[in-house]
Amino acid sequence: MSRLKSWKELPMGGLILEAGNARTYKTGDWRTERPQLDKAKCINCFFCWAYCPDASVVVDADKGTMEGFDYDHCKGCGICASVCPKQAITMIPER
Amino acid sequence: MARVLGLNGNAAAAQAMRQINPHVVAAYPITPQTDCVERFAEFVSEGLVDTEFVTVESEHSALSACIGAAVAGGRVITATSSQGLALMWEMLYIAASMRLPIVMMVVNRALSGNINIHCDHSDTMGARDAGWIQLFSENAQEVYDNMIQAVKVAEDMRVRLPVMVTQDGFIISHAVERVEMLEDEEVRIFVGSYKPLYPLLDVRNPVTYGPLDLFDYYFEHKRSEIEAVDNCLPVIEEVAEAFGKLSGRKYGLVEEYRLEDAEYAVVALGSTCGTAKEAIDSLRDRGRRVGLLKIRCFRPFPREAVVQALAPRKGIVVLDRSVTLGGFGGPVFTEVRSALYDLPVRPLVIDFYYGLGGRDIYVEDIEHAFARIEEVVRKGHVDQYIDYLGLRE
Repeated sequence: MSRLKSWKELPMGGLILEAGNARTYKTGDWRTERPQLDKAKCINCFFCWAYCPDASVVVDADKGTMEGFDYDHCKGCGICASVCPKQAITMIPER
Repeated sequence: MARVLGLNGNAAAAQAMRQINPHVVAAYPITPQTDCVERFAEFVSEGLVDTEFVTVESEHSALSACIGAAVAGGRVITATSSQGLALMWEMLYIAASMRLPIVMMVVNRALSGNINIHCDHSDTMGARDAGWIQLFSENAQEVYDNMIQAVKVAEDMRVRLPVMVTQDGFIISHAVERVEMLEDEEVRIFVGSYKPLYPLLDVRNPVTYGPLDLFDYYFEHKRSEIEAVDNCLPVIEEVAEAFGKLSGRKYGLVEEYRLEDAEYAVVALGSTCGTAKEAIDSLRDRGRRVGLLKIRCFRPFPREAVVQALAPRKGIVVLDRSVTLGGFGGPVFTEVRSALYDLPVRPLVIDFYYGLGGRDIYVEDIEHAFARIEEVVRKGHVDQYIDYLGLRE
């Protein structure tokens, strides 16, 4: 999460002066549990990738491999862990 | 060269609007403001202004259209009264929080119910926390002068806030008075050409107005809005001084009338100040040391000027033309009394509700109010904080 600005640093009127700044908003910090991948169990079936509602499963399409998670945007819903046929994903509480 | 005309308050406002020549006016008719917008519509149809005049289906739409025009990058004016202002409610806060320099002429009229078309201040007082600057006018001349100054204040880069200019319904809006107008050219130069800030029509520099603003930033944005509103008092004074040089008419945040050596002061807004001056002259002739503090700028509240003017008095009468139901006195009373709290020796303060729904106020009423505060000071304590003028018991 980027540092929250003080009121003195903000543009007047609650305006947003640059376009496309939603990309700087890391929704991943809403998460209470994080998915963890056990590469040894993973069969690269891509079920997690297909089911993830936040497009936060990172895969290598060329190699056809599951690579992990985009923790900046994963909200920890646990669907990936639930649909995994090999129990290769476990949900770990965030601290 | 000034021109002297016989104008009512609505016509004075319409003439000011003609000379300001805004890009957009969006308004909906409501008694007693209708007269002003009708006159301005005539100027539009006669081609005397370049204004895009938007006829809308409600006041909510009127202010919404004004907000749209202002974020697009235009100089915008509207006008309303009473229920119309109430219908604008949610848009009032949006205009202010987006820091849009919209000018609105409000003819003060009672709020329903019961339904009433005459003057009191309940409409604008209800909007006093919305983030708009509020300038009250004593007569048609002040309506004209305040409209022109309002544009300059609103658009100042240190301010960029909407301004309400008020006048008392019918008492000012429909009474023809002597009004001294500036030349068109003088007004044009005084208000200057409009400098848009972050206009949406500047497509090469896109910005977002009014995004979702949750617990992480809403509070900070409000804090900066508080700062903006608080900081505009010196600008209002600066503009008043420049306007004084141009017109010969002096304005401030407040006006003191025969207050220098006064033991007792009445505090009022709007047309009642004229009646109060009459009462004060008459009481002064009889040797009573009384004076008036007229509050011209109610928002932001000019705390320092009020304290300075009232601190040396023994007793103060506040006249409130709107009620705060369930509150400890009217809005002017609570502001004034709170402002005086830190004085080592505090004057005694009482509040009179008066003039609701257009009930007339007479010189004798104000004389009675002075007699009441003199009695309170004689006794040394307030036994009744809130009283009424011109009410049948």
